[in-house]
Amino acid sequence: MGKIWRVSGPLIIADGMRGTQVYEVVEIGDEGLVGEVIGLEGERAVIQAHEETLGLRAGEEVRATGRILSAELGPGLMGSIYDGLQKSLLAMIDSSGAFIRRGIQAPALPRDRRWAFTPSVKIGDTVEFGDIIGTVPETPLVEHRIMVPYGVKGRVTEIHEGEFTVEETIAVLQCKADKRELSLMQDWPVRKPRPYRSRRTPSGLLTTGMRILDYMFPLALGGKAAVPGGFGTGKTVTQQQLVRWAETDLNIYIGCGERGNEMADVLHSFRQLKEPRSGRPLQEKEIFIANTSNMPVVAREAGIFVGVTMAEYYRDMGYDVLLVADSTSRWAEAMREMGGRLEEMPGEEGFPSYLGSRLSGFYERAGRVDCLGAPDRVGSVTIAGAVSPPGADFSEPVTQHTLRIVGALFSLDTALANKRHFPAINWLSSHSQYVTAVRDWWNRFDPGWETTRAEAQRILQKESELEEIVRLVGPESLPDDDKLLLLVARMIREDFLQQSAFSEADTFCTPKKAGLMLKAILRFHEKARSLLDAAVPYETIRSSPVVARIARMKEIRNETFEEKYPSLREAIDSVLQPDAAGAPDPSRAEE
Amino acid sequence: MKRSATAFRTGGAEYRPGATETDRPAHEALFVREGRVIQKAGGALLIAEAIPGTQYNEIVEVHLHNGQIKAGQAIDISDECTVVQVFGGVSEVDLKNARIRCKGETLRLPVTMDLLGRVFNGMGQPIDNGPVIVPEGYLDINGEAINPAARNPPAEFIETGLSAIDGLNVLVRGQKLPLFSGAGLPHNRIAAQIIRQAAVKGGDEDFAIVFGGVGISYDDASFFIENLRQTGALERSIAFINTASDPAIERISTPRLALTAAEYLAWQRDMHVLVVLTDMTNYCEALRELSSMREEIPSRRGYPGYMYTDLATLYERAGRVSGSEGSVTIMPILTMPDDDITHPIPDLTGYITEGQIVLSRSLERGGIYPPIDVFLSLSRMMKEGIGEHKTREDHNNVFMQLYAAYAEAAYLREISTIVGADALGSRDRIYLDHADRMEVRFIGQQETERRSVEQTLNLGWELFADLPEEDLKLIREEFIATYHPKHAAREPAPETEG
Repeated sequence: MGKIWRVSGPLIIADGMRGTQVYEVVEIGDEGLVGEVIGLEGERAVIQAHEETLGLRAGEEVRATGRILSAELGPGLMGSIYDGLQKSLLAMIDSSGAFIRRGIQAPALPRDRRWAFTPSVKIGDTVEFGDIIGTVPETPLVEHRIMVPYGVKGRVTEIHEGEFTVEETIAVLQCKADKRELSLMQDWPVRKPRPYRSRRTPSGLLTTGMRILDYMFPLALGGKAAVPGGFGTGKTVTQQQLVRWAETDLNIYIGCGERGNEMADVLHSFRQLKEPRSGRPLQEKEIFIANTSNMPVVAREAGIFVGVTMAEYYRDMGYDVLLVADSTSRWAEAMREMGGRLEEMPGEEGFPSYLGSRLSGFYERAGRVDCLGAPDRVGSVTIAGAVSPPGADFSEPVTQHTLRIVGALFSLDTALANKRHFPAINWLSSHSQYVTAVRDWWNRFDPGWETTRAEAQRILQKESELEEIVRLVGPESLPDDDKLLLLVARMIREDFLQQSAFSEADTFCTPKKAGLMLKAILRFHEKARSLLDAAVPYETIRSSPVVARIARMKEIRNETFEEKYPSLREAIDSVLQPDAAGAPDPSRAEE
Repeated sequence: MKRSATAFRTGGAEYRPGATETDRPAHEALFVREGRVIQKAGGALLIAEAIPGTQYNEIVEVHLHNGQIKAGQAIDISDECTVVQVFGGVSEVDLKNARIRCKGETLRLPVTMDLLGRVFNGMGQPIDNGPVIVPEGYLDINGEAINPAARNPPAEFIETGLSAIDGLNVLVRGQKLPLFSGAGLPHNRIAAQIIRQAAVKGGDEDFAIVFGGVGISYDDASFFIENLRQTGALERSIAFINTASDPAIERISTPRLALTAAEYLAWQRDMHVLVVLTDMTNYCEALRELSSMREEIPSRRGYPGYMYTDLATLYERAGRVSGSEGSVTIMPILTMPDDDITHPIPDLTGYITEGQIVLSRSLERGGIYPPIDVFLSLSRMMKEGIGEHKTREDHNNVFMQLYAAYAEAAYLREISTIVGADALGSRDRIYLDHADRMEVRFIGQQETERRSVEQTLNLGWELFADLPEEDLKLIREEFIATYHPKHAAREPAPETEG
């Protein structure tokens, strides 16, 4: 047991701490604030406090716990809301009301709740780390597979079916000399990646329902993406859309140093929103970590690691997990603040020199793996991290370090956001390395996806070149085929890429619908070009009623799109006939 | 008792923590510990011998040889020394005779409903010659973080009477929405108009205003106080004023006092409180000044690396919580140095607040009041506050279409300055006119003009009437049939339907 020697913000130096280990959890002062040893020097330990240190005195006790900062893993995680230290915020409301008092204990997993456990192994079986010994229906959407904890191997001598709390014994193993009791709960040190048998490359599309992502910049299962953007560009809305609609088994949302009201909005809307395939509340497949910007700074890092540890735990059950972190810049700032207080030699812009390795350590925990243990299973963790570059300047260190490690960049653009073009993902500066990883997946829905995608990109690229000319000579002096290209590029931007998160029909777009929408636009381009060749003036094409129909096609529901598509295509074909141009519009009559 | 609210004293007041000497619980005086200044006095810092039992961030008294008492805060404590940050600077401190007395207090605000109608300085002392405050209790000015799981999402529309805000960047109760301005722009007039117009809506008795003046000029301070008085809102207001000549360090406590008073009214008295803080640029400057005195490693442009977190601990005190009827809405005003929105102060603020209202110098020069740049402005809480039963069913569509049309118009205006309007087609010229109409008729209004949200939306439709109808593709067809002046004139608009 030691004593506080110095307090300076979240940094505490304690005396008499010989025997503690680095990253050991300590309890500080009379209130038992949670802290973590980050350095040792003789008798003294350097401690970062995960709670507010106001009012601490020199001489107060510091107690070592012998534990490394760990996450509790077991049934009860799904649907929970945690702070950065995995304390249950809902349980905290019961004990301390609407405001967070420090030093409050609120265990991650409820201790009194009973879970129905169904064993899948029998007495006499030999099991080891990672083997599934039974299941618990955690929520109607997620079956929790109970795995043998790390470092345990033995013969099952007892296994019980029935209802248990997370602490009661469900099985007993004979391990070499001694017996080992297993419960539904285990823990894992958060800074240590959980092991797996072997790693696979990311593959298969992580469907997000956002056309600009799914179609243009796909994210593969097990991939990693960065979402940088200045304030007001829609980072949070993009991240929320991801966890809302991603076709994964479960999602983890980490609100790291961000706004409380937005967190409240997420929590409330997820109670009401339905998971599209099952119709169940979305909350049943989500875990939330809410460490808002006014909560202790140091706990931001803990929150990130607690989140990714839970993601790996469910991955090890054989699930596809999406982890969203909003925003990793706040975590980096917490590192900078601690680095400054420790008087470390700063790197770029005052960030510590280990910023890059910490960030990559986090992102590298994404991946698609063959899990350890029987039965054989494949699971994945996909990470999308928001970055908040100061002044929307992407050359700053957090963005640059992140870009070196991620496979996809969804670059949010202030100019687009100012025009209220959402999602404000810039189609020229974003990229995805997962195009080949999802090619087979796409070809099932939309044969020729890669060609269509490339054609759309070519048009958008050409548009940006023409824009420069327009700025010099005005739009009227362009030749007709360039004017047509600008019109088509505008259709791609406004009628395809732009998507309203707040429109019921448009918020989630199936890959099928996305493919057909873009096909309709490109068909329009093709037909219109032949009209121009037939000397029909550009103005006639521009004022054609199919232009308005294409603009409204995103409001057609996913379910009926396929059946309505042929009539749209027919309208495009028939209106854009050299002889029909200028004639009354058949597409209106048909409606 | 009759008192003149504008005739407040500033500066120079002797510090008494929280309240008068007699109000302090007697037992606290038993734990007075004293230490001597030993090593160093400079700027606003004293390094004193270790005073056993001093708490981190405790408020201490610095007793000078001439009997004067200054307040300070223990910002670094250890067994070797105590670092004290002195409010009002270390002038007249001598290393031989000065004493530091610790009473185990953190800075607290005495709270009572009698705070309403009063004016205080940046340390929470009355400066309006009013009676002594008899408090119900004391609240720590740092407050407690709201549990995010206990928050209710802000969703109640506040009608400010300004079209650029009510139509395009809606303010809702519990939101934090700053005004980003520049030197010489009419941010004070706009804020005053919002206070005036939002306060009187429905004669809501549960409405209160807390004004925090941070490092502002005497003129600005009296402008607000006078404005509150003229509209009769002064009796429902509390003002904390730290003028430009007051010690910079008190700028750190001024917004915290204001927010603590607001929280008392909102969470304990179920009132809807609008907090106006001006000018937060001065607050950030004070933060930088103190940081450099503490010899901390600076981040961008010399501002401390924790400025984001520090500002967040202020602004995150806005919101609504379950179990209370009240709300805290914060409208900070800040002047962007050199009108640069990427400067660290507006930049970090924008990352914390739920949007921003940005003023434009070019609109101001064009004679538009309020000169609100609607492209740079944003309200993140908007979608929750609008729609049927809140404002009107077509609000979201009108908002989207107004933006799209104005963006198109602004783009064409930019091109036409280079190539001339003649190089544009006829359709493009319609849009060029739209930009002017948008600015003069929709954004622009009188300082005394209070538009209802219906008037604002109808004004939007009037603008749409001049655009080609097929271009209104962001608006649902049934809304066009109901609200478009061309159709609405033929058949009277039916009542809103599901």
